[in-house]
Amino acid sequence: MISANLAAIFYLVSGILFILALRGLSSPDTSRQGNYFGIAGMIIAIVVTFLSIGNFSTSLFYVIIFLVIGGTIGAFIAFKIPMTAMPELVAGFHSLVGLAAVLVAIAAFLNPAAFSLGNVGDIKLASLIEMSIGAAVGAITFSGSIIAFLKLRGIMSGAPITFSGQHILNLILGIGIFVLIFYLCKTQSTNIFWTVVIISFLVGVLLIIPIGGADMPVVISMLNSYSGWAAAGIGFTLENTALIITGALVGSSGAILSYIMCKAMNRSFVSVILGGFGADNSTDDKKEKKDQKPVKSGNAEDAAFLMKNASSVIIVPGYGMAVAQAQHALREMVDKLKKNDIKVTYAIHPVAGRMPGHMNVLLAEANVPYDEVFELEDINNDFANSDVAFVIGANDVTNPVAKTDPKSPIFGMPVLDVEKCKSVLFVKRSLSPGYAGIDNELFYKDNTLMLFADAKKMTEDIVKNLD
Amino acid sequence: MEVDPFIFRLSIFILSIFIGYYVVWSVTPSLHTPLMSVTNAISSVIIVGAIIAALAGTSESIFNTSSIFGFIAIILAAINIFGGFLVTQRMLQMYKKKKDKKK
Repeated sequence: MISANLAAIFYLVSGILFILALRGLSSPDTSRQGNYFGIAGMIIAIVVTFLSIGNFSTSLFYVIIFLVIGGTIGAFIAFKIPMTAMPELVAGFHSLVGLAAVLVAIAAFLNPAAFSLGNVGDIKLASLIEMSIGAAVGAITFSGSIIAFLKLRGIMSGAPITFSGQHILNLILGIGIFVLIFYLCKTQSTNIFWTVVIISFLVGVLLIIPIGGADMPVVISMLNSYSGWAAAGIGFTLENTALIITGALVGSSGAILSYIMCKAMNRSFVSVILGGFGADNSTDDKKEKKDQKPVKSGNAEDAAFLMKNASSVIIVPGYGMAVAQAQHALREMVDKLKKNDIKVTYAIHPVAGRMPGHMNVLLAEANVPYDEVFELEDINNDFANSDVAFVIGANDVTNPVAKTDPKSPIFGMPVLDVEKCKSVLFVKRSLSPGYAGIDNELFYKDNTLMLFADAKKMTEDIVKNLD
Repeated sequence: MEVDPFIFRLSIFILSIFIGYYVVWSVTPSLHTPLMSVTNAISSVIIVGAIIAALAGTSESIFNTSSIFGFIAIILAAINIFGGFLVTQRMLQMYKKKKDKKK
């Protein structure tokens, strides 16, 4: 048994270790060390909790069993999950944090004495507010993440689900939660507490269903942020510094990522939340245009020929590469090109893929050295001096219309200046528009060669033709 | 008059938001996915609340109404802790510089 003061110091230490864990991610070299700091912080927090309760009865035995069960499941998932499924995995993990926050809040509400927060029916006012906010945010995180998970996994359509009065309904429910929390504080009623939790589950669902697949990077970051705020809310209830620090870190981290993603799409956070983007933008006149314009299409042989005669190639990967699992074939192709003394670099748009940094992880998995991979602003000027741009599975992030047509829904979005390359190879299954629902002008440019095929198959064919 | 301890916690909270703000801006964009998985893992420190709740049962009734929620929360948080840190580690292992490939 250790004193509460000593325990608080240790919780502070573990909070600091968590800060160092995030700090480590500022460069790939220090990142692994950072992860160890995070693990150390977690071990300290758990051990100190055991010591400070000092209850070494049979309960402890069960606690350890449950820990091991959860840990085994977690470890199993972590080793088995393919890198392409990272967005779903992260969404799924967010839902667990959310649900855990709800459960802890419920436990604290039902047995406040265990947390020294007063007695049933007489919980300290501040604690009651903190735990109900923690429970509400946790519940929203849980159900919202489940919806995001289903959308990313493809179990639920990525298309936005909208209905009239949706935003009003959300607003009413949101206000309702606050009103109920107010009455909860007055009456300490268990029924009201449960109602807050249930309405919050509902809000989480309603909040995410109108948001389309292309906005998923924002949604995931936003839910990341929510899970942090939920943890912080519980941290206040438990008067636990480690939880408060962590909640604040995670909350601001998710908020910054959401901001970066919104900026990369030139969309306001509010418009993403309101949703409906990419629902029905394909008006008739756009369809007509598509039929009229001629498109040059080629095969793997043409592509191989073009690249063999180039001196520099820039690869632009996108979500299609992830879907087709083409990253390993791509790496093989690049190796062949490099043997022919062709300079190859990768250009990554911040919102390529379904979560922040998605493409970087996939390329890293395929053993692409990270110093060959560049972010939008670092490489955009290089397109003009390069011979071939190889666009694989990306679409909207290369659309020049974002720079030229003020009427376009993606106008103002920073895009990769792919069209400035001497020639553009565009691997795509069909001419269908991307998630933004708009046609890509790039398809019809004279220097564009469309390669209609599955990304992986096409890349493999090109590799064969490079010999 | 004494300052309410809540104010101290609030101060810690707000200062941590600022720390988070500056630390996260310094994270390189190529590591944004590991950032999300590691923040996921560390936010599962909520397990301390779950352990307190789970250990609150008496020896006669280890699984009473409130501790059962604690036990379930322990499983969920443990999945996240192990899953989060291990998958982060797995990703970070892939971000190794290939010295021979350097230009």
